[in-house]
Amino acid sequence: MEDLAVKSSAAVSAEAAGVGHNWPRNDGIELDLSWVVDQRVNLSAAERRVATLPGRRTVKKDAQAAWLLKAVTCIDLTTLNGDDTTERVKRLCAKARQPVRQDILEALGMGDRGITTGAVCVYHRFVSTAVDALKGSGIPVAAVSTGFPAGLVPHDVKLKEIEASVADGAREIDIVITREHVLTGNWQALYDEMRDFRAACGDAHVKAILATGDLKTLRNVARASLVCMMAGADFIKTSTGKEGVNATLLVTLVMLRMIRAYQERTGLKVGYKPAGGISAAKDVLNYQFLMKDELGREWLEPDLFRIGASSLLADIERQLEHHVSGAYSALNRHAIG
Amino acid sequence: MTVARYFDEMSYGPAPEADTEARAWLARHKSVFGHFINGAFVASASGKTFDTYEPATGALLAKIALGGREDVNNAVAAARKAQGAWAKLPGHARARHLYALARMIQRHARLIAVVEALDNGKPIRETRDIDIPLAARHFYHHAGWAQLQETEFADQVPVGVVGQVIPWNFPFLMLAWKVAPALALGNTVILKPAEFTPLTALLFADLAAAAGLPPGVLNVVTGEGQTGALIVEHEDIDKIAFTGSTEVGRLIREKTAGTGKSLTLELGGKSPFIVFDDADVDGAVEGVVDAIWFNQGQVCCAGSRLLVQEGIAPLLYERLKRRMGTLRVGQPLDKAIDMAAIVAPVQLQRIESMVAQGVTEGASLHQPKIELPKGGSFYPPTLLTHVQPTSIVATEEIFGPVAVSMTFRTPEEAIQLANHTRYGLAASVWSETIGLALHVAAKLAAGVVWVNATNLFDAAAGFGGKRESGFGREGGREGCYEYLKPKAWIGRKLRSVPAAPVVKAAAGDFSMPALDRTAKLFIGGKQARPDGNYSRPVLSSKGKVIGEVGEGNRKDIRNAVVAAQAASAWSSATAHNRAQILYYIAENLSGRAAEFADRISAMTGATAAGAKAEIDAAIARLFSYGAWADKYEGVVHQPPLRGVALAMPEPQGVVGVVCPPEAPLLGFISLVAPLIAVGNRVVAVPSEQHPLVATDFYSVLETSDVPAGVINIVTGSAIELAKTLAAHNDVDALWAFGSPELSALVEKLSVGNLKRTFVDYGKAIDWMDRTAAEGPAFLRRAVDVKNIWIPYGE
Repeated sequence: MEDLAVKSSAAVSAEAAGVGHNWPRNDGIELDLSWVVDQRVNLSAAERRVATLPGRRTVKKDAQAAWLLKAVTCIDLTTLNGDDTTERVKRLCAKARQPVRQDILEALGMGDRGITTGAVCVYHRFVSTAVDALKGSGIPVAAVSTGFPAGLVPHDVKLKEIEASVADGAREIDIVITREHVLTGNWQALYDEMRDFRAACGDAHVKAILATGDLKTLRNVARASLVCMMAGADFIKTSTGKEGVNATLLVTLVMLRMIRAYQERTGLKVGYKPAGGISAAKDVLNYQFLMKDELGREWLEPDLFRIGASSLLADIERQLEHHVSGAYSALNRHAIG
Repeated sequence: MTVARYFDEMSYGPAPEADTEARAWLARHKSVFGHFINGAFVASASGKTFDTYEPATGALLAKIALGGREDVNNAVAAARKAQGAWAKLPGHARARHLYALARMIQRHARLIAVVEALDNGKPIRETRDIDIPLAARHFYHHAGWAQLQETEFADQVPVGVVGQVIPWNFPFLMLAWKVAPALALGNTVILKPAEFTPLTALLFADLAAAAGLPPGVLNVVTGEGQTGALIVEHEDIDKIAFTGSTEVGRLIREKTAGTGKSLTLELGGKSPFIVFDDADVDGAVEGVVDAIWFNQGQVCCAGSRLLVQEGIAPLLYERLKRRMGTLRVGQPLDKAIDMAAIVAPVQLQRIESMVAQGVTEGASLHQPKIELPKGGSFYPPTLLTHVQPTSIVATEEIFGPVAVSMTFRTPEEAIQLANHTRYGLAASVWSETIGLALHVAAKLAAGVVWVNATNLFDAAAGFGGKRESGFGREGGREGCYEYLKPKAWIGRKLRSVPAAPVVKAAAGDFSMPALDRTAKLFIGGKQARPDGNYSRPVLSSKGKVIGEVGEGNRKDIRNAVVAAQAASAWSSATAHNRAQILYYIAENLSGRAAEFADRISAMTGATAAGAKAEIDAAIARLFSYGAWADKYEGVVHQPPLRGVALAMPEPQGVVGVVCPPEAPLLGFISLVAPLIAVGNRVVAVPSEQHPLVATDFYSVLETSDVPAGVINIVTGSAIELAKTLAAHNDVDALWAFGSPELSALVEKLSVGNLKRTFVDYGKAIDWMDRTAAEGPAFLRRAVDVKNIWIPYGE
């Protein structure tokens, strides 16, 4: 019957860009304003979907261990603090290389899989440090550029920051959008800004941080998601971790539905990254269930799913040790990150 | 499966809820259960049992006592014995009992949830997260009504002993909906759970006894349809409350006709789920999941008729089909599924055969390629598109996980399609435009409307249907009245029927004769000759012929109903407008008070003072309903969500009124005025013996700006005209006051469209007594409450 997926005229990059990115890259499409303003999200209906999810999906025992280990491979292990130093970043990189104790991996039958986190995420200042520390591991370095977290520095400075991070070896750039463009409905300005960021990134993949906690309404989140994808975002990401409210399942649901709508129209797969506030193993499972049910199996892998987190890993390690040993674990039994 | 394999596949794996405690409870009872009568479990007098199975595996769960006449008699006797003492308890004491039951449900919530999932086959998510918490909420809420009964229902008394017959789709929740209000308000209960799913009712009885509920207050008699029939027909039961199929509901209405048993019926549905092109489409898709794949679609208010605005239909279907592919069907105790088992093989076969017929009739079938468990009764989520309104799947309740879909072009067409059904239980409206959503919600013929939501329930918001979905409400204040009756009606006596006067031969004389007047029928605002062109004489109390009225027949009733249906604008007229007209009728009647009093005296032999008193009371009554017209309002419920539920009293539509023989003007006004005050249109049959005052009255109506068709008057034989009205499928309700035979035939013949009836079983009301003959007791019966749920937020 009705063929809905209006395959876009959007150019699809021939190269599979970047390590771990195995899908044609989203080069964006023309800004379609009517599509943007047509977006409607019913808050109560969205809340109900999210509220009933944990009752509809769960994983136990071996399946749970496997899902948590998969989550580890999707973590952008992150430090974004004013007191970050070179040594602090190196320690984080070491943890990214060996996120779970080898004996636990062996016990799970996963000792030979080369489990690492998805990336390490730092400020521009530490990109080269991280690149050095991760040499040979294949783990990409992601940099938060564009005047993170508020994004209120001059536009040309943002572009220069992106270029500098790429020059230092960052293979992924997490940009922040200008929230004002969303809050005032200036979709053209948002589109243009994102276009420029994407161009400045070159071959580096770009994750568009919407700062959903600042956008407040799900309608804003839906519209901003769509505009950023139209402008060529490889990933859309919830938060800087610095807003009052960071990643939630509710905004996740809305952003995933927009990713799906974009795929329906263009055939292109855009990735998703929730960030901030996901610190418990049981929380990350709900995000995974939503990824799988709303988007599909492909979106559980690090080329389409990243989790911005710092303390989540420690909780997953404890859960995995519990699974292996049958006894509840303690934080001090796992290497610090 | 290894960790590595799960890691590569990222599949869900099994996640079973333990059934250890539930099996232990069955084992404690050796998997054999008696009836729960007078506080103890007893085997059937006959010793007979029947089996209950796990739908997911077909395995035997337990042997259950098969209730016969003696068991039902014992249960009724126990309930009767307990009722007086239970009703005499202070409200606070009953509140404590209800509170204890609520707490008890919460303490044993998981056990109840697991037993329910085993016995019914529904997912543990639903019993654990929805059914059992809602059941506890019902007991809490009604503990509150028990506490407040003495002040809030001071003019009411309990109905008495109540027989309750509940279905298998929500065994425990339906128990709560029935038992909580009945007990709270001072009634005692004989409950019959469905034969497929008796276990949680027995578990509840077990726990209630432990919680200190006195013996006889709650009795559970298990059995099959025959057992239910014994309860329905039992002479010492005062009320029957039934939830189940429309077919059985009809039988119950017929069986109880004329017995004086109060009746609540919550029956089937074919509820529309309407999606406009400005809806949140993804939200609506998820709504469909909750509407028709909740409880395997075995939900009386399931949104089973998907009506989609044509322009977005392709998008909605595409996304719906995608979503269907991610639904998981599995074992009831699996915690990672969306759907589990159909209750019994016989239901599964019914679903299969109806879907097959739908496809034969041209529907396109879509079922996702998902795995179904082997062994038990399972059916996949199903979507039928391109369904024509003529198809059986569009008109009949499938009671399974099958959505049928049609498209519409305009809001008007959506309303037309939605309402074009014999049912009227629930509806769901999806639009992000508040004006559109509320406009449509107001126009839908349904007892419950959910805006941008579906299948929301709460103890404070009444639930129940219109049309053939039944009558009565469960939950909230309106639900309480189903278990109460007016104190003022206690002790009414059977009406004494005066012997018809002997007709005296008319003897003319040579004085100036009175000018001959022809009393006509009054239909559609016009005086009309009776279709048959026969007349009947009207006698004075002394037997003198004082005039003639038309002998109305079936066709006159037909014409009057057509006129009343055409006057639908009255139902949407402003309350202020209706009030003004009621006052104006009173004003014009007052101007002719002396003439009307003379007429009453001439017909009934009333003294001048008596006749004047009737006129004065009639004028006052018109004022009362003029007063009520803009004051009988709904309430705003605050259910546990961010939003409101508007409980709106709505007129029932076209109502037949058969007036009592006595009080020819006051009786007529006492019944017609409350009906039109809230927006109904009426076809009234005046007092058969004394009709002339009503035919005089139409000239008052003509001068009072009453729109044509709002009040129609057909004179003639009360019984004959009542028969036509009762059987008329375009009459929404019928009020009939007179003989016990009249009540019985009205109730019996009302089954065609299950119209609401209001009868007196031959027991006379003193129409001069305001507390018995006026006010909310009548207004409540003149409306159906529609609950419109409106979640909000941005």
